[in-house]
Amino acid sequence: MSILIDRATPVIVQGITGKMAAFHTSEMIAYGTNVVGGVVPGKGGRTVEGVPVFDTVEDAVAATGAEASLVFVPPPFAADSIMEAADAGIRYCVCITDGIPAQDMIRVKRYMFRYPRERRMILTGPNCAGTISPGKALLGIMPGHIYLPGHVGIIGRSGTLGYEAAAQLKEHGIGVSTSVGIGGDPINGSSFKDILHKFEEDDDTHVICMIGEIGGPQEAEAAAYIRDHVSKPVIAYVAGLTAPKGRRMGHAGAIISAFGESASEKVEILTAAGVTVAPNPAVIGDTIARLVKAAA
Amino acid sequence: MDVHEYQAKEILANFGVLSPSGALAYSPEQAAHRSREIGGEAWIVKAQVHAGGRGKAGGVKLCHSDTEIQEVCEGLFGRKLVTHQTGPEGRGIYRVYVEAAVPIEREIYLGFVLDRASQRVMIVASAEGGMEIEDISAERPDSIVRATVEPAVGLQDFQCRQIAFKLGIDPALTAQMVRTLKGCYRAFREHDATMVEINPLVITGDNRVLALDAKMTFDDNALFRHPQISELRDKSQEDPRESRASDRGLSYVGLSGSIGCIVNGAGLAMATMDTIKLAGGEPANFLDIGGGATPDRVAKAFRLVMSDANVKTVLVNIFAGINRCDWVAEGVVQALREVQADVPVIVRLAGTNVEEGQKILARSGLPIIRAGTLMEAAERAVSAWRNGAPVTNSERAAQ
Repeated sequence: MSILIDRATPVIVQGITGKMAAFHTSEMIAYGTNVVGGVVPGKGGRTVEGVPVFDTVEDAVAATGAEASLVFVPPPFAADSIMEAADAGIRYCVCITDGIPAQDMIRVKRYMFRYPRERRMILTGPNCAGTISPGKALLGIMPGHIYLPGHVGIIGRSGTLGYEAAAQLKEHGIGVSTSVGIGGDPINGSSFKDILHKFEEDDDTHVICMIGEIGGPQEAEAAAYIRDHVSKPVIAYVAGLTAPKGRRMGHAGAIISAFGESASEKVEILTAAGVTVAPNPAVIGDTIARLVKAAA
Repeated sequence: MDVHEYQAKEILANFGVLSPSGALAYSPEQAAHRSREIGGEAWIVKAQVHAGGRGKAGGVKLCHSDTEIQEVCEGLFGRKLVTHQTGPEGRGIYRVYVEAAVPIEREIYLGFVLDRASQRVMIVASAEGGMEIEDISAERPDSIVRATVEPAVGLQDFQCRQIAFKLGIDPALTAQMVRTLKGCYRAFREHDATMVEINPLVITGDNRVLALDAKMTFDDNALFRHPQISELRDKSQEDPRESRASDRGLSYVGLSGSIGCIVNGAGLAMATMDTIKLAGGEPANFLDIGGGATPDRVAKAFRLVMSDANVKTVLVNIFAGINRCDWVAEGVVQALREVQADVPVIVRLAGTNVEEGQKILARSGLPIIRAGTLMEAAERAVSAWRNGAPVTNSERAAQ
């Protein structure tokens, strides 16, 4: 088992004709992902990387039975594409696009609520590297080979820092059940808490690794959730110990603007909730290795 | 993106949010002239800089004559205003706003923010106007009134009335309060703001509701659809290195340390800075060159980092995923040949084809200090910074 995606999940790519999208589509197919089509309005009928292109997500779902979608659409149109996926009955959507206006994302989140919970699409991102279940499927832009299949569930805001963690785990010979990027934007589809819930329910995930950063309330929210609802060991790292207050550190959401949003405060909150916090990014792998040994 | 107080007031005025009559001046003479145009007996002269805390820093003065205004302005123009929000370097004063002084009965705090917990726009108001919101939440948290806006239908009248009543505002002024609150929300919504702050919103002796100060911040990601807001950008208020970086598509934040950082990805960049600190050094900057790490971007990044005179060592940390390490290494070598950095350069590559990348760095003949892990890179950067001089070829051979 893995969460969100599996070997069989039929995937479409929205914006597939773009250069980056086409490249990553071929990488995903090479990894073994079941990519069944793409969507670009006005380009229906073409073929990209051997899969058919449709004008609308609705058409793509009708023709291919797609269940998951990867959004590669430029920022001005990305929110619209996510809503189109939700409306067409896509079950899981990953949005890679960086630079979507925050108010567009507020509208997307509000729009998704028009569907009853059991039919509501799960969104991760935007501004993330995607989701991978090693050895099964890749829905995103991460280099697949740095992940071994295994039992550590990873949730992170940052792309390359997540790679760093996965590479450190590989050094230890430790594998990953699923790695989920929730993205660096202030308004995102899924929070740490949403994904923690999925990992807690997943039999294949034994240990959870959470990679947070400065800004926003989601790490603190996750801490409370872990304390009350998560039985599996959780390790965390929070980036941005040296980040000054009030300055945006690259990610749209990485800014300390309120109490509890700095790295040291988040570390304190997580520690109090029983989470093992890696003191620095260089020992994420070592810390997990110790927990995995203890759990075995 | 931030704008000046006078610009925020102009925008808000278009949505029915009133402020005292005022005008902008670019010189002391013009400021004096503005006061005569505005009329009245007392004026507030306000330095226009992108920072809060201007009053305490001496950037806001009450004047009673045009000659006094001219004198005050001579002391303001060209000066750097240092407030608790600007850092020690301060912000240059090149414009002042002259505004009619009004009789104040009450001061209210009013803010509109993107609330990340509810993922909606939130109104934060307090009867303790004039104080910073951080101080209000620390000292008088019970005085804070909050309301979130349902995005599908927008801010409703009843919510505005509720806020007005909770703040204890005279019921005769409810209609003015509703107009002000709804105006702020519409300005926020229609211009893709991320923050509107009116502190204080005042009730005058003659029963008017006026924005005495106004601050607006706009979503950088939405500027593409608001050219009229983009035009308000004032580069004199930005760190010159940061504006140069943003013009080149790099994300840079200048800090006060001596170890320059060049990293791909925002999270990894923060993690690299943290590791430097743990190893006993201080990062000179945050710099995310993006996922790609093309030779061109690495070269631009080197030029940018080296333009900071405090930088005594540079640490490059690239996780090459889709782009292989050998390709990134070629880029680093090419960039270093072009830029000729005269400080020690530590390079740590990780990811695909790392051995090949290391070989390329070694073969280049450049004084590059290589590191395998993040910790090793940070430790080597700190020791190179402590020792000062770039590492020679023989030292490198001994490594």
